Amino acid sequence: MRVEALFLIGVAVFFGITGVGYWFWGYEQSGTAMLAGTTLLGLLPGSYYYWWSRRMRPRPEDRTDASIEDGAGVIGSFPDSSVWPFVLGMGLFLVVLAVVFGLWLLFPGFALVISAAVGVTVESRRGGTV
Amino acid sequence: MTVLAERIATAEEHPEHHEGPTGILKWLTSTDHKVIGMNYMVTSLVMFFLAGLMALVIRTQLTTPGGSAVSPQQFNELFTMHGSLMMYLFAGPFAFGGLANYIVPLQVGAPDMAFPRLNAFSYWLYLGGSITMLLGFVVAGGAAAFGWVAYAPLSQATFSPGSGPDLWILSLGLTGFSAIFTGVNLVTTIFYLRAPGMTMFRMPIFTWNMLVTAVLILIAFPVLTAAVVLLFCDRHFGTHIYTVQGGGVPVLYQNLFWFFGHPEVYILALPYFGMVTEIIPVFSRKPLFGYKGMAFATMAIAALSTGVWAHHMFTTGTVLLPFFSLLSLLIAVPTGIKFFNWIGTMWRGSLVFNTPMLFSLGFLLAFLMGGLTGVMLASPPIDFVTHDTYFVVAHFHQVLFGSAVFAGFAGFYFWYPKMFGRMYDETLGKIHFWVLFIGFWVTFMPQYQLGLEGMPRRVASYPAGLGWQTLNDVSTVGAYMIGLSFVFFLINLWVSWRKPVPAGDNPFDAHALEWFASSPPVHHNFTKLPPIRSERPVWDFHHPDARTIRHGGNGHGELAGATPAPAPSAGQD
Repeated sequence: MRVEALFLIGVAVFFGITGVGYWFWGYEQSGTAMLAGTTLLGLLPGSYYYWWSRRMRPRPEDRTDASIEDGAGVIGSFPDSSVWPFVLGMGLFLVVLAVVFGLWLLFPGFALVISAAVGVTVESRRGGTV
Repeated sequence: MTVLAERIATAEEHPEHHEGPTGILKWLTSTDHKVIGMNYMVTSLVMFFLAGLMALVIRTQLTTPGGSAVSPQQFNELFTMHGSLMMYLFAGPFAFGGLANYIVPLQVGAPDMAFPRLNAFSYWLYLGGSITMLLGFVVAGGAAAFGWVAYAPLSQATFSPGSGPDLWILSLGLTGFSAIFTGVNLVTTIFYLRAPGMTMFRMPIFTWNMLVTAVLILIAFPVLTAAVVLLFCDRHFGTHIYTVQGGGVPVLYQNLFWFFGHPEVYILALPYFGMVTEIIPVFSRKPLFGYKGMAFATMAIAALSTGVWAHHMFTTGTVLLPFFSLLSLLIAVPTGIKFFNWIGTMWRGSLVFNTPMLFSLGFLLAFLMGGLTGVMLASPPIDFVTHDTYFVVAHFHQVLFGSAVFAGFAGFYFWYPKMFGRMYDETLGKIHFWVLFIGFWVTFMPQYQLGLEGMPRRVASYPAGLGWQTLNDVSTVGAYMIGLSFVFFLINLWVSWRKPVPAGDNPFDAHALEWFASSPPVHHNFTKLPPIRSERPVWDFHHPDARTIRHGGNGHGELAGATPAPAPSAGQD
């Protein structure tokens, strides 16, 4: 976890320095704003990971000497085949087309989006683990 | 259905039998990263062929000074859609949605992507976005015709009326979210689902590059989505963000767009660097030279590429020339490290010139040429002269064609046996390469000269007396050769589909973890894993007696094996 944390903090450090340099060299607002946002993108998750990396034991994937058996057991939850991503995607597709081809398309579009939101929530209660 | 399986370390087990939908339902409902990756690859290749056909029409139009193949308006639509399809719907999704989706979980030893349903959702957003963009051709007024960059004020409602531009903007909204979700998925998969012993500095370089690409996606795509949403507001809701009349700033659009657009170039390039880095060691029969240098060079390229957006805007006169010129020139350093390491990997290796290796070498040459002209363009005095000429067109085609097509098809041929469990035809693959390679240089070298002679880009006709026709004709011949080469690619697919030659799990004696899975991999990928003690665990497993230098360990090389044995011949076990 430590390398992951330092990777993200590295993003923050680079763009922090670049952003400060850019502001005092160019006084241009939009670029400075975007560089500041990028600094936060690295800093927030990076410092969270770093905080944790100092408080947890290295995971098997952080250790060079770990054997495959060290990672035995449940890895995580992996939902099986599901139609709802398709329904949600097509719903949003219709919502977007409604802007061009007529607002009536919003009705089927939002119907699909809402049914997918309900469907995916109910479905996740019976998800599988691997 | 609940799937319960544990990662089995040593026992030889039958692959877990997976009952799932088949046929069209499998395609619609699967959350398996392999099926989704395949969906992505097929869709993006369709987009690639459509955009390629548009390029052929563009080149046909330019064979004569007053070309009459299409009207000027159609010509504008064609080059806009050619660029948009290639950039947004082929090169990016083919890499991070297609090959990365398929290969990264295998390379880190994971059963799937971290968020399988989000992964499927990304694909459906991408498909919806692709159809939205193509619908521009059927609405009244035609497709978007403002170039793939959609600069304001040309993209405002006054100058680009009709719903084609709206569809273009909405399409970028959908595909932008799709890319962001894929980026989140890739980062989480790489951070949380690695196999035991697979430390960060043992990950294959392709996975490293995808991690960096995913972070670049998270940096760049939200800015694009915001920029085009603001553009949409300008077009329809009466805001004046990019219009001078209402107190807006048109050049703000360029700043926002290129803050996305330049990282986008590296979002398109870095995955392909990664593919080449996987291929060259395998076909040189050597470990990768300079593993950590490669990883850090990738990070340096990505970091610098985000700080150079305004080198596309030198001629606007509103940007800080020395800052952007300096950072642009600096990118040549990590890229040079990569070239040095690729050559160092091949140096004194036992080179095997299979199709993937030939495509990788084609990439090295194409990208070198594109990169060198890029260094030239990073210098503002040269850029002022060549801006918006065919010189720039030739430059970025050599960069992007070199990476997305040469390296992309290198990766496709390389992982084809893994994805389909059958070999491609080596002869047809080599014919594909050579026709493509010659066509590529014939197409783009004349365009450099055309640009230096002053031919502007994005023009449907040019004056007759300037001697530009010959060079344009040569370029068109090359473009048709490129088109022809893909006929051999399609024949190759057809042959291997009709007469399958079984590939086996590891036909190239390759290094990374994906070659330990079956071909094609079973549901949830692995029934067993080899011990991971270096950055090429599968090679270690198949060559236990070989002298190997371990990476990612205590920082200095250590020799494995009790007795240093001479390196065995590099053939398959």
